[in-house]
Amino acid sequence: MSIVTVQLGQCGNQIGFEVFDALYTDSHCPQGLCSKRENEAYQASCKERFFSEEENGVPVARAVLVDMEPKVTSQTLSKATQSGRWKYGQHSCFCQKQGSGNNWAYGYSVHGPRHEESIMNLIQKEVEKCDSLSGFFIIMSMAGGTGSGLGAFVTQNLQDQYSNSLKMNQIIWPYGTGEVIVQNYNSILTLSHLYRSSDALLVHENDALHKICAKLMNIKQISFSDINQVLAHQLGSVFQPTYSVEGSCHYRRNPLGDLMENLVPHPEFKMLGIRNIPQMSENSLAYSTFTWAGLLKHLRQMLISNSKMEEGIDWQVRPPLPGLPTLGKASLNRGLHFNMSIANLVILRGKDVHSADLGGFKDSALYTSWLEPINAFNAWKTHRAFSKYEKSAALVSNSQFLLKPLDTIVGKAWNMFASKAYIHQYTKFGMEEEDFLDSFTLLEQVVASYCNL
Amino acid sequence: MAQSVVVQVGQCGNQIGCCFWDLALREHAAVNQKGIYDEAISSFFRNVDTRVVGDGGSISKGKICSLKARAILIDMEEGVVNEILQGPLRDVFDSKQLITDISGSGNNWAVGYKVFGSLYQEQILEKLRKSAEHCDCLQCFFIIHSMGGGTGSGLGTFLLKLLEDEFPEVYRFVTSVYPSGEDDVITSPYNSILAMKELNEHADCVLPIDNQSLFDIISKIDLMVNSGKLGTTIKPKSLVTSSAEAVKKWHQRPFDAMNNIVANLLLNLTSSARFEGSLNMDLNEISMNLVPFPQLHYLVSSLTPLYTLADVNIPTRRLDQMFSDAFSKDHQLIRADPKHSLYLACALMVRGNVQVSDLRRNIERLKPSLQFVSWNQEGWKTSLCSVPPVGHSHSLLALANNTCVKPTFMELKERFMRLYKKKAHLHHYLQIEGMEESGFMEAVSSLSGLIEEYNQLDATKSMPVEDFPRLSIAV
Repeated sequence: MSIVTVQLGQCGNQIGFEVFDALYTDSHCPQGLCSKRENEAYQASCKERFFSEEENGVPVARAVLVDMEPKVTSQTLSKATQSGRWKYGQHSCFCQKQGSGNNWAYGYSVHGPRHEESIMNLIQKEVEKCDSLSGFFIIMSMAGGTGSGLGAFVTQNLQDQYSNSLKMNQIIWPYGTGEVIVQNYNSILTLSHLYRSSDALLVHENDALHKICAKLMNIKQISFSDINQVLAHQLGSVFQPTYSVEGSCHYRRNPLGDLMENLVPHPEFKMLGIRNIPQMSENSLAYSTFTWAGLLKHLRQMLISNSKMEEGIDWQVRPPLPGLPTLGKASLNRGLHFNMSIANLVILRGKDVHSADLGGFKDSALYTSWLEPINAFNAWKTHRAFSKYEKSAALVSNSQFLLKPLDTIVGKAWNMFASKAYIHQYTKFGMEEEDFLDSFTLLEQVVASYCNL
Repeated sequence: MAQSVVVQVGQCGNQIGCCFWDLALREHAAVNQKGIYDEAISSFFRNVDTRVVGDGGSISKGKICSLKARAILIDMEEGVVNEILQGPLRDVFDSKQLITDISGSGNNWAVGYKVFGSLYQEQILEKLRKSAEHCDCLQCFFIIHSMGGGTGSGLGTFLLKLLEDEFPEVYRFVTSVYPSGEDDVITSPYNSILAMKELNEHADCVLPIDNQSLFDIISKIDLMVNSGKLGTTIKPKSLVTSSAEAVKKWHQRPFDAMNNIVANLLLNLTSSARFEGSLNMDLNEISMNLVPFPQLHYLVSSLTPLYTLADVNIPTRRLDQMFSDAFSKDHQLIRADPKHSLYLACALMVRGNVQVSDLRRNIERLKPSLQFVSWNQEGWKTSLCSVPPVGHSHSLLALANNTCVKPTFMELKERFMRLYKKKAHLHHYLQIEGMEESGFMEAVSSLSGLIEEYNQLDATKSMPVEDFPRLSIAV
């Protein structure tokens, strides 16, 4: 089954390119560490999911590029074409002359309705190319105007028009110290709207990705390109083909559906985080060997202590003793906070993958009491190695990962809102203070829900 | 991509404007090697086939034929505009883009606003509409003028209301040269205050400039150039004061070096909208991020570097120095002290080979020495444009919305009151039809209101930053 990607705004389009590039490169990687037949099945599965075929054999990304000003999309299109390996559809791009000015209200209330038909038509065309549609990726930032506002609008439309298909929004969480001054407003408006219309929000934090580039990849002058490549790697490690129950050479048909089923049991809890291990520069990779036991031990502790990467993990954090009441709101401010999970999915790829012992993730102490660990935890194992890593593990988690970041953003936005700063920029385009209050209310509810796990 | 139209009014406005077009051509020539008319050039220039008579000559794609500036030149004296039309830029301007008169405004805002305003309103509108028609997406008007005289000040601000009514969706960015204390125009305080009211009410964003700061920058550069430091040579064309042609008779006038600084400000302001980069910043984002309340739209600008030394290697330390310089008073285009006042918002627009990690490192480093208002503690807006300015490997323009503009406005008000109390020269204004004393009172009142808003914000400076109590949710 196929996934159609909608890339919105500068961020969405820059990332979208890196994602397709990473998927393509990995699927054509000769070091799959498996049989030729296996590799071919993997390639075919990846292709069906993310690319369509063109006459001359060059794969075409199943994607729609949307931006309100032309510089980025034209760059993205030409970068893909110039690579010679894959490209975007000639007519898959929708852009306008003037951007959204970092204004969520402009993206949502002006650009949305104005360009609704054109954008939905483009998406429809892309959907028609799929034999069977699993769902949508919507790649967007929260801080700006197009990705955030128009992204929220498009997601709503997708919910109306394709109610049987799944929608996963790839949300870029901005740096804490601003890229955009009104980013907190744009973020809360985006999140509150997406919470109503999206099926899952897979969050990618710029601060975390930046640290990975600095500490693990050893990059001195970190560019957005570097950050986007780490993100693409993480996404690829989750969504590249994985074995279905039948095992070898049979790949899971609908990973998006399976993932959602496993990880989002309740609509109040839609925020997913992603971690992977190992992550390092190519140079270091050549000199490193890993064991599954070591990797999984680190990954488990990353989960429990809410660590964003495999360096600097706090090993002091432990699951709480059974029988004790939850900390609730107080837990937001306490150190040594244990990260409570609702559900987790671990994806293992590479050598000797069947020998990997995932017992540590099945401990009921890691989970809330609603689901039995056997339902709360799932693992997908695949022999075929990912992106030159002999062994790699990815974790997609519905847990308290995003509680603190969410609470922080809501707090900052609230402080700004209380002083009424910048509100006139939003009310100019038809929004009212009520709309802000609704968003705050919804998100405080989400914060409280995650707090009380 | 969107287009902008520059409206240059009065002697000062036209001289600065001229420098701007000169530098803009140079910049695009350096970037656009193939001579193809692209989106970047189209933001400020039209491509015209000059063989075609009348209006039909516009070419939207393909090779560059003849570039025409998207500009309207307005002056009530002919001297400056005539000189421009006889100079090297004569082909860049369309003769239909000019509005001139002979007698001048006599350094009288009322003449500029009331007399010439009503006299030329229709003509001005017609030319504005024409230039708008030539754009497929007009985003912004850049108005360049001085505050102290009569034409730039009076007619220049008359324009603002006109633009707001006729093109309500198009941004109005105003570059205003404020008179310094030793200004030789006696009535400059009157003109400035009367103009300020219009800026308060009808401009989206104002970049105040003062001549003294520009002069200080030039002095600093001169010192550097003439210091004779061994081995220090300045890269040609890299001076922020230099024009495209190093030796041209009409460039050897004293104000040109200063005007080039302002021209560079405008180029850098629009670079991220015209050229590609990993984090673009369009003109509508400037207003969105830097104007938290409609009246508070005065931005202090600072430019670095002022020149590039000829050595090629730029180690990180030098890059970081650029960020430090942007927050030094030596690089500001207006005399003010932002470090000791309150920041409401700050934008860093970087050009050249600078990446996000360089930005973040420097923000972290500089943040502790700056005071931000309680509701915008992390109020930074950033942009990364890949194309550096001519002669540099990278550059930085910082725009700050900071309460440090308050003293400038207060000083202006004081100079005004000194004249007004004695009713000095008032009759020159009151004898103009439509001008009454109430007009003066309203203008002062408008300025006082603005100063009061800054006062209230300053009052919060020493208060501890407390979080507002959050909504409580029943669980």
